[in-house]
Amino acid sequence: MSLLADLVNLDLSDSSEKIIAEYIWVGGSGMDMRSKARTLSGPVTDPSKLPKWNYDGSSTGQAPGQDSEVILYPQAIFKDPFRRGNNILVMCDAYTPAGEPIPTNKRHAAAEIFANPDVVAEVPWYGIEQEYTLLQKDVNWPLGWPIGGYPGPQGPYYCGIGADKSFGRDIVDAHYKACLYAGINISGINGEVMPGQWEFQVGPSVGISASDEVWIARYILERITEIAGVVVSFDPKPIPGDWNGAGAHTNYSTKSMREEGGYEIIKKAIEKLGLRHKEHISAYGEGNERRLTGHHETADINTFLWGVANRGASIRVGRDTEKEGKGYFEDRRPASNMDPYIVTSMIAETTLLWNP
Amino acid sequence: MAQILAASPTCQMRVPKHSSVIASSKLWSSVVLKQKKQSNNKVRGFRVLALQSDNSTVNRVETLLNLDTKPYTDRIIAEYIWIGGSGIDLRSKSRTIEKPVEDPSELPKWNYDGSSTGQAPGEDSEVILYPQAIFRDPFRGGNNILVICDTWTPAGEPIPTNKRAKAAEIFSNKKVTNEVPWFGIEQEYTLLQQNVKWPLGWPVGAFPGPQGPYYCGVGADKIWGRDISDAHYKACLYAGINISGTNGEVMPGQWEFQVGPSVGIDAGDHVWCARYLLERITEQAGVVLTLDPKPIEGDWNGAGCHTNYSTKSMREEGGFEVIKKAILNLSLRHKEHISAYGEGNERRLTGKHETASIDQFSWGVANRGCSIRVGRDTEAKGKGYLEDRRPASNMDPYIVTSLLAETTLLWEPTLEAEALAAQKLSLNV
Repeated sequence: MSLLADLVNLDLSDSSEKIIAEYIWVGGSGMDMRSKARTLSGPVTDPSKLPKWNYDGSSTGQAPGQDSEVILYPQAIFKDPFRRGNNILVMCDAYTPAGEPIPTNKRHAAAEIFANPDVVAEVPWYGIEQEYTLLQKDVNWPLGWPIGGYPGPQGPYYCGIGADKSFGRDIVDAHYKACLYAGINISGINGEVMPGQWEFQVGPSVGISASDEVWIARYILERITEIAGVVVSFDPKPIPGDWNGAGAHTNYSTKSMREEGGYEIIKKAIEKLGLRHKEHISAYGEGNERRLTGHHETADINTFLWGVANRGASIRVGRDTEKEGKGYFEDRRPASNMDPYIVTSMIAETTLLWNP
Repeated sequence: MAQILAASPTCQMRVPKHSSVIASSKLWSSVVLKQKKQSNNKVRGFRVLALQSDNSTVNRVETLLNLDTKPYTDRIIAEYIWIGGSGIDLRSKSRTIEKPVEDPSELPKWNYDGSSTGQAPGEDSEVILYPQAIFRDPFRGGNNILVICDTWTPAGEPIPTNKRAKAAEIFSNKKVTNEVPWFGIEQEYTLLQQNVKWPLGWPVGAFPGPQGPYYCGVGADKIWGRDISDAHYKACLYAGINISGTNGEVMPGQWEFQVGPSVGIDAGDHVWCARYLLERITEQAGVVLTLDPKPIEGDWNGAGCHTNYSTKSMREEGGFEVIKKAILNLSLRHKEHISAYGEGNERRLTGKHETASIDQFSWGVANRGCSIRVGRDTEAKGKGYLEDRRPASNMDPYIVTSLLAETTLLWEPTLEAEALAAQKLSLNV
């Protein structure tokens, strides 16, 4: 036992300059994460200094067998909380050998939107509230729930403590510190309304970095649940019935919204979002119709509704924002399995680049 | 199996080296988990594979939990804690703060979804958290903190379940601050086995031998859950809570800890934070905490929260007379106090099992069957404190402490009522 632990935790800095870089990308389903590691000759802090790499796209549903190479372009670097030392995690996106983004690469289009001068000038901030559910391995029933039965109804579990109310806190706390270590802008965590369900928040981050951070945070979470022998699910409605779904509420503001008179800008932005409700909803995550029912603190999927402090609305504006006349708003529609590249860039596009 | 890792991770991480089972304060959680599991918890909890597996993989979740982030970032994690809609359920969530803070006033107000805790309607759900007291976080270590908060509407009014606000007003009244009220609170609690909700150590479907051997007992047949009590003691000391002692109680599986002497509103803050730490620890141990005042019907003790109280005048020469006057006032407001001393107290205050009957007000020196007990020391020295034995274990310390201060320092009975009561209680004041 001790030998394996010592090896995994070997500090290489005494014996070698070399570091290990774990290249991470999003697979063919748009939600599965993949990674593999390579050795680099020395520490690197700038993604542009990292070599491009490639992988077998035919094994991830992203390329045909006879032309299977997909190229990885490194885009963001984070410290590796599992290997520590100078070792790194690298968030990548995927391209054909000819240099075109492959169809499942949603980062490329988002990066273009975030590079648009009109968007850059408004310094868009995002705070993303990622909800997720922990499931027992093999049975895929939520952690802490009796097999073949249900726990007591929702009420005591939100932010709850105690062995009969909180299931899986060690995973959540380990994830919090691992993300802080990695350099992710994790701003908080809490136990959610359904038992076995949790949430972490990333932000406020600017432009595309918000999405890079959310993807890496999801990667770190799934690596931790792997160690803990528990399954993480980002399904938006893991248990049908009188149990909350899981969302990824996206808080958003631009420079103008954060300054004097910002509340008017916010209201205009919400109006525009209302006119593109269908486009947004179709991009906000698969299976969202099982979650957005109008119950369980959601707005019905076909309805666009906004309100101050109203958790049953599509868009919620905080009381602080209303009072101060400036601030941000919360888009409550995205499902927990949304792609942050798509959602963040679409909100920026609709509110800053699109006109009805 | 109670061993943790055979070797601690080397080099990078400042994980304290541990050579024995009862390890450093940061790793006691795993120890408690191993020793206290009464039933097969595979369904409920999750096993970190490393501790169970045969091929000896490393326990990396624990390493991450104990990660010392100080070398990498100034940021700290603040766990905001508040009381939920039932008045006894504790809730918490955490946020990142840019750098370490000393004073609650440096922390931002926050908010939460009151509709999920029975404290606000869905269409107007924001409840605001005002940070009131800071303690060190014994689970996360480093500069991370726990923050006791109370709850307000966005308009700046305390919500109905916020009992701290009114207590804070009473404790800032000049007549009260001049008297420097001290409180020592004896929190009793019962540990239950998970799933069956039967006390820890009791045979399921049956009873242990009658009370007698368990109070402050020693031995596997008499004391159940000591690790939780001991872990809690150190966690509270670490956190900065004014914990003054612990003991095993008369009913097996029942324990007590004492917080104090604390001044004014601090007593309430410290007791609530101690309760939070206790339930977090039982969560890790796979055991259920109950603050019910009479968890098992019949010839088994209930659980109380005796509140010891003194003012400056009581602690000085001639204090015993001041104490007797205070008892007089309390006797005339017995009903008001009892109704605020915890739900379900009538099942506990029966007149048996070291309690006074709920309808009767009585006092005595060294008498545990009274509503108010005065210690022999106090009588002998002519100064000291009194013990109000009426509060139930599920009382709200903000309410009880401020009500004691109010009745004894701010309220005055009519002269006739006072004279009658003095006679009835044989109090020559």
